[in-house]
Amino acid sequence: MRQFFTFVRKECYHVLRDRRTLLILFGMPLAQILIFGFALTNEVKNARIVVVDHAKDNASQRIIAQIAASNYFELGEDVMDRDRMEMAFREGTVKLAVVFPANFHNDLVHQNHAQIQVIADASDPNYATTLTNYVSSIIRDYQTELSENAALPYRITPQIRMLYNPQLKGAPNFVPGVMALVLMLVSVMMTAIAIVREKETGTMEVLLVSPFRPVWVILSKAVPYLFLSLINVLSIVLMSVFVLRLPVAGSWLLLFAESTLFIITCLTLGIFISIKTKTQQVAMLVSLMGMMLPTVMFSGFMFPIENMPVPLQVISNIVPAKWFYIIVKSIMIKGMGFAEIWKETLVLCGITLFFFIVSLKSFKIRLE
Amino acid sequence: MTRKDSVIKTEKLTKRFGDFIATDEITFEVLKGEIFGFLGANGAGKTTAMRMLCGLSTPSSGKATVAGFDVYRQTEQIKQHIGYMSQKFSLYEDLTVLENIRFFGGIYGLDNRQLKSKSEELVQRLGLQSETKKLVGELPLGWKQKLAFSVSVLHEPKIVFLDEPTGGVDPVTRRQFWALIYEAASRGITLFVTTHYMDEAEYCDRISIMVDGRIEALGTPQELKIKLNESTMDGVFYQLARGAKRSD
Amino acid sequence: MVTVNNITKTYNKGAVKAVDDVSFSVEKGELFGVIGPDGAGKSSIFRILTTLLLPDGGTATVDGHDVVKDYRYIRNHVGYMPGRFSLYQDLTIEENIQFFATVFNTTVAENHHLIEDIYIQLEPFKKRRAGKLSGGMKQKLALCCALIHKPTVLFLDEPTTGVDPVSRKEFWEMLKRLKQQGITVLVSTPYMDEATRCDRIALMQHGKILSIDSPQGIIRAYPGPLYAIKATDKPRITQALATHAPSFSSYIFGEYIHVDPQGVSSKYLTEELTTLLAKEGFREIEVMPITPTIEDCFIKMLTK
Repeated sequence: MRQFFTFVRKECYHVLRDRRTLLILFGMPLAQILIFGFALTNEVKNARIVVVDHAKDNASQRIIAQIAASNYFELGEDVMDRDRMEMAFREGTVKLAVVFPANFHNDLVHQNHAQIQVIADASDPNYATTLTNYVSSIIRDYQTELSENAALPYRITPQIRMLYNPQLKGAPNFVPGVMALVLMLVSVMMTAIAIVREKETGTMEVLLVSPFRPVWVILSKAVPYLFLSLINVLSIVLMSVFVLRLPVAGSWLLLFAESTLFIITCLTLGIFISIKTKTQQVAMLVSLMGMMLPTVMFSGFMFPIENMPVPLQVISNIVPAKWFYIIVKSIMIKGMGFAEIWKETLVLCGITLFFFIVSLKSFKIRLE
Repeated sequence: MTRKDSVIKTEKLTKRFGDFIATDEITFEVLKGEIFGFLGANGAGKTTAMRMLCGLSTPSSGKATVAGFDVYRQTEQIKQHIGYMSQKFSLYEDLTVLENIRFFGGIYGLDNRQLKSKSEELVQRLGLQSETKKLVGELPLGWKQKLAFSVSVLHEPKIVFLDEPTGGVDPVTRRQFWALIYEAASRGITLFVTTHYMDEAEYCDRISIMVDGRIEALGTPQELKIKLNESTMDGVFYQLARGAKRSD
Repeated sequence: MVTVNNITKTYNKGAVKAVDDVSFSVEKGELFGVIGPDGAGKSSIFRILTTLLLPDGGTATVDGHDVVKDYRYIRNHVGYMPGRFSLYQDLTIEENIQFFATVFNTTVAENHHLIEDIYIQLEPFKKRRAGKLSGGMKQKLALCCALIHKPTVLFLDEPTTGVDPVSRKEFWEMLKRLKQQGITVLVSTPYMDEATRCDRIALMQHGKILSIDSPQGIIRAYPGPLYAIKATDKPRITQALATHAPSFSSYIFGEYIHVDPQGVSSKYLTEELTTLLAKEGFREIEVMPITPTIEDCFIKMLTK
């Protein structure tokens, strides 16, 4: 046991004495949160919108006037047909369109109910949500005003359509994504590099010819990275709570327990890579291409998995970050408990166990 | 040109890294066709000095010309007129013998006809006729080093810098290697050699021994032995370098 | 202490034969040298004996234990210093020594007497990181780390390669003192002049052992006389001899040319050589019979 602790201490020296490693370890989560966070706090002002008014009646004109009066929006050409509207969206010259059906006022007066279509360019989901919220509230104001002197309340339903990104992926979802990304980087790449470095410098040779069991060499190299990764999780969560004002809806304890599980998954992956590679460069490339890329592509954090072709959806299932992403989203944003995420947890456990066994099997007590 | 022409000339050549003076006002001259042994303990400043002479590093102060070109301003011309070979990097292991010769010859601007005749001549001299299509990585170390040396003189440079060219090579090959060096010297090429083998110091026309950034001794092996009253070069080196304060 | 029986090791699926049917044994307390150029198979033998590689054929034991089956015992009892500097560059001298002491289940205090002589030279710099040390100092530190658990056998793979002659000399002095403390030492080197510092040596080339004996024994076994020649215009001497005495083998050796008459024995060879050279126009001729060095023996074996 004393050997084990000495080893862990030595490993901490390595980390603390290498400024570049330290920068990656602690600078990266900070930078990522700030970059993504900056994109979040987008104030909407003078957004270009268009109106397609098929009704051209009193009611529609009133609403259009109110939209124009608000300083959130800058109204483009008044009358456009649908084709020209779609063109404008594709060109990116407008961010939102409000479509009034023919007989808008008639429907409202006679059926007490009418619909307005609100179409938004959701390729920037935060922006689109904010815009539709503003429009909806203007419509609601008009509705209240109208209903004040009526027997039956009038109802105007804004039908919201999000173009390009119907699920509105992004917004508060990036925090779990950043967590998965940072943990992948720290736990997989850093661990793999740290172990392979010993092979490269020849110290592994000396350690092999010692009473210290080789398996312990590997395990004790992973321990410091477990703690470093936990510190990273904590710093990301704290930043999201205090800087981005995104509270943790569910249990903190559960969040950290699940994070620990994911870190262990990553560490086994890192160890696996280190066993299979001989140089730091190769280890880094494999970690980046083999781990980071799938994490970005298939975790559902950048691109919605539901929109992918079926084969890619199947592939996404073996990406551990996908499951972790679902878990963290469920806990942090939806406030769910263990009962709702046990399946995902089980999958993560399975992946971890698989790589642990494969690593143990392929581990060599001698040089190649 | 007479034999008295100098091809390397330095005057108080100095290189500082912050407070650290890697080479400290070294002054020496190397003549055309001479085999000049550049000796010193680990970290005495040999590598730094050699880098300056090859035009890879700008001196902090002092003067130096290599093949008649200034080490401050004419580094590109210097590189055209020198050859370089070290124990660590010499040839591409994953290219064949012929590909390596063609590549390095091409770098120095030999045209196709020259390349063809030169490479044939080289292969014949080394007795590598049957190995031309072999990857250099498959050759024994001794052959690699001989090939690397021959490639470094392919473009008939005025000076060749050899950084520990015979490290780890067996004694027979080591002597074959020196035969190549002598042969190059007889063609008027100047050879600037570092080595840790003291018997090889004897093969040089003149040697310098660096200690702590300064040249502590300079002369023919015989002169140095008489001056320091030692019977072997080993003794000379030991006497001078024992007092070294620094290394690496 | 160490026995090697018909060990063979190949790489690249048999394409490269690194060690070819090698056998030797080393007694307790011996300073044994494995001498040969790069690629002779020295490192492969050391790695097999330190259980880092599996031999393709043959058996070997260290301290009475099989290198394949009892690898765990051997790893507990030997010290190993690989060919390149293999300590932690970002740890200080002190931290490196302490780390290796703990890894080997011991403390620095317990075996301090073993490393005392060497450590005294390192102590003033104990807070300095290993990466900032000079070549000679790194070597001493590596030796300390390999010694800290009082190994029964010490394997040093090319500890002096690329190190300047002064540091090399100091290093061999240290090995001599270790030997006096009863530690068996196996050391490999490409420098022939270091052979005489060993009790016994194995000369190696192309994976094979050319000869095993004490350095004196190897020198005594040199067939026939050897002459050293010195004269003006040294490079031309070998050419002159090749033309006028083609059966002789001659090669440069430091300030001399060594001449092996290859079996031709004559009481008057000294005079004959002097006359021959004088006729060729050489001046200041010196010819004398000499005792061969290990390097001469090695050359003789390679050219046989």
